Amino acid sequence: MIELRNICKSFNGHKVLDDLNLKIETGESMVIIGRSGCGKSVTLKHIIGIMEPDAGSVLVDNINVTKLNGQDLKKFRMNFGMLFQGGALFDSLSVLENVGFQLFEYSDLSLGEIRKRVAECLAMVGLSGIENAKPAELSGGMKKRVALARAICMSPEIILFDEPTTGIDPIMGDVINDLIRRLHDTLKTTSITVTHDMKSAYKIADKIAMLYNKKIIAVGTPDEIKNSDNPVIRQFVTGSAVGPITGY
Amino acid sequence: MLSFARKVSIDSWRFTLNKIKKFFIYAGALAILLARSIFWIFASRARKFQILDQMNKIGVSSFPIIFLISLFTGMVLALQSAYQMQKVSAEMYIASLVSLSLTRELGPVLTALIVAGRCGAAITAELGTMRVTEQVEALETLSTDPVEYLVVPRFIALLVMVPLLTICADFFGIVGGYLIGVGKLNISHAMYIKMTYTPLAIKDLVTGLIKSLSFAGIICLVSCFEGLNSEGGAEGVGRATTASVVKSFVLIIVADCFFTALFYFIMR
Ligand SMILES: Nc1ncnc2c1ncn2[C@@H]1O[C@H](COP(=O)(O)OP(=O)(O)OP(=O)(O)O)[C@@H](O)[C@H]1O
Ligand SMILES: [Mg+2]
Repeated sequence: MIELRNICKSFNGHKVLDDLNLKIETGESMVIIGRSGCGKSVTLKHIIGIMEPDAGSVLVDNINVTKLNGQDLKKFRMNFGMLFQGGALFDSLSVLENVGFQLFEYSDLSLGEIRKRVAECLAMVGLSGIENAKPAELSGGMKKRVALARAICMSPEIILFDEPTTGIDPIMGDVINDLIRRLHDTLKTTSITVTHDMKSAYKIADKIAMLYNKKIIAVGTPDEIKNSDNPVIRQFVTGSAVGPITGY
Repeated sequence: MLSFARKVSIDSWRFTLNKIKKFFIYAGALAILLARSIFWIFASRARKFQILDQMNKIGVSSFPIIFLISLFTGMVLALQSAYQMQKVSAEMYIASLVSLSLTRELGPVLTALIVAGRCGAAITAELGTMRVTEQVEALETLSTDPVEYLVVPRFIALLVMVPLLTICADFFGIVGGYLIGVGKLNISHAMYIKMTYTPLAIKDLVTGLIKSLSFAGIICLVSCFEGLNSEGGAEGVGRATTASVVKSFVLIIVADCFFTALFYFIMR
């Protein structure tokens, strides 16, 4: 179980998260929705411990993430996979080395076995035969999918996806939604997905959480969210310009 | 009027104190990075390929410029000292002057400055770009410590290559002096060689190499620290790169002064 307790975070005096609480059960597929710039990516980074909260704590299976360091942190992170919003592929490494990064670093597999596993992961995201390319040679959507392959390569127990379908064509987007759902159904992974795309949210979510005004204002099943009578949620899920959410 | 003067003096004191405080905070941050690097050198397996790659980038590709600069420095040293030495007919001491000043001082310092400008800047730019494009964070999520994966190979490569380049610089500087001394100043070959070696003690070489080891440490720590802590997109990386070169230069000169004084007092 992942628990965010009373998280506060500010950057240069500007508060982004204020007293945020969220609970994610093991094996659950949680989708976090919210407006651009409201702190969704920051929330994900807190869960995996690459950002530290100013106050509050992050508990994963009752282990306080912020207190870990050294080899414990290493072992802890092995259970995680994360897809960054911008991909964050290593420029200096080829696609093979990117996707198989942890296999090269932390397993005793032979090069042939690693190649096989990497090809498998790339096939899952609809790519093949690009193992030797460098990230700079790929298109934006391809980079995103390679990054997705890297996140799932070690079959981690918990996967964080930061906008997996943004910048990808609708057909491929649906393939990726299916993939996330399938990982979750077959491997029982806990997944936390950030997205703006309500269609994909409904498809992959067990629960949807809405982040608004520095807090999680609602958590519910897709049906509950769809039929919510909270005007803020209604406006967001229908994508309407008129409503309580204004500005920008 | 008096109070104004007092205010200015208090302000300048405060300014200086602030600068000193900042310097120590920076030195502390570098010390922490040093401690983490040393920890990971022993705690992680050796990444042979990456270390060799960095050695190639730092050492092999810096060689031509080190060669050129030290050769010409040796020639200039010989020519400049010839003015004075010829007046007292002591041309043969030109050889000693060239060899001593190169091994003790110019070899290590010139090499360090070149490497800081050439490779330190490149390291900062590379790590800085990785930082601002979230690659450093991605590395952490792949359960790899950035210090372990990025800093340690560069640290080892610099610690090996800077002293080696220094030895090359010493050698080619002496060759430069030789070319001028024997070719233009009419010192005999045998005399030049003899006057190069006689005053040269092992301790001159060793102190030079100790200096160059410490310079290598400075270059690595400063350039990696600036890179890993850069923020604010391409502009921030640019700023970090400039800061890295300037700070390495200053620290190299400060360390040089420190070691020279230290060796002066303990070896007198
Ligand atoms: N490293 C940082 N330094 C300073 N401010 C930051 C940093 N990271 C995020 N922020 C600020 O935090 C706020 C939330 O950012 P975040 O990236 O979490 O938004 P988001 O919800 O993921 O938006 P989007 O949907 O557009 O990706 C933004 O206002 C941003 O300016
Ligand atoms: Mg985001």
